[in-house]
Amino acid sequence: MRRILFLLPVVLFAVLAGYFALALRPDRDPHTLPSAMIDKPAPAFTLAGLGGAQGLDSAALGGRVVLVNFFASWCVPCRIEHPLLMQLADATNTPLYGIAYKDKPADTARFLDELGDPYKRVGLDEAGRTGIDFGVYGVPETYVIDKTGRIRLRHVGPLTAEAVAKELKPLIEELNRS
Amino acid sequence: MTRALLFLLLLFAPVLAHAVEPGERLADPALEARARAISKELRCLVCQNESIDDSSAGLAHDLRVLLRERIAKGDTDTQAIQFIVARYGNFVLLKPPVEPATYALWFGPPAVLLLGGIGVVLYLRRRRPEAPAPLDPAERRRLDELLREGEG
Repeated sequence: MRRILFLLPVVLFAVLAGYFALALRPDRDPHTLPSAMIDKPAPAFTLAGLGGAQGLDSAALGGRVVLVNFFASWCVPCRIEHPLLMQLADATNTPLYGIAYKDKPADTARFLDELGDPYKRVGLDEAGRTGIDFGVYGVPETYVIDKTGRIRLRHVGPLTAEAVAKELKPLIEELNRS
Repeated sequence: MTRALLFLLLLFAPVLAHAVEPGERLADPALEARARAISKELRCLVCQNESIDDSSAGLAHDLRVLLRERIAKGDTDTQAIQFIVARYGNFVLLKPPVEPATYALWFGPPAVLLLGGIGVVLYLRRRRPEAPAPLDPAERRRLDELLREGEG
């Protein structure tokens, strides 16, 4: 019994060290927050479109697997992920919808003219309220929404080829099968 | 005197400054006070270690306005907080709720203190010198012999 007591500090140290090691893993980004919206139905919204084009509303979600990407012309990482979005729109047979978060319509239009428009439809969320309903805390964010209209995945920050290959594509395929 | 007062006033001015902009405030002081109290408890998700009351981030501004809208519409404090928690999760609360997942957080430190206290008490008890056992007859004879030798 006495011996075990002497080992106690060592055990405590090991537990603490293990905990710190977990928290300091190089692939862990403490700024990435868990989404409260996972597996919940996507919020209801109705957003106007760009210059007379069809807007985006929550009725467009559901029925099939879709991607929703929050972006803004003022957002630098959005420019970084933009080429990937162009590829994604071509490569997967999944509709990609864009929501312009807190952006002036003229700026959004210029952004899409300049870089190309990967979106099937774009909705303008100038007040950022739809963003808040989704739990967006910084653009870009990308959501995978399943056939029943539930949010299944949130990717925070610019998409990377790795994230597309390892997270998005497998999930989209799985959701399409079910 | 006036100068000293002015100096003190300016010295503390930054402490009094808030990120809440005049345009955001509610006309009703009672509602505004409630909104202020709630927004001090909500984390700004952009800066993460500031409340939305302190933060000048765009999202913090939006959340402050949203919160005031909810309160002006007649939400109770709990309803207004729940509205934001539903979107951003418990992470948005600067004071985490007491629930099974946070028991370790809330009760861990007192438990460690308690364990340490018990350890200290046990240690101090054990260290208290015990009264030596009385000598048995053989020991007493031996002691007397030694004392006699010393005298002789």
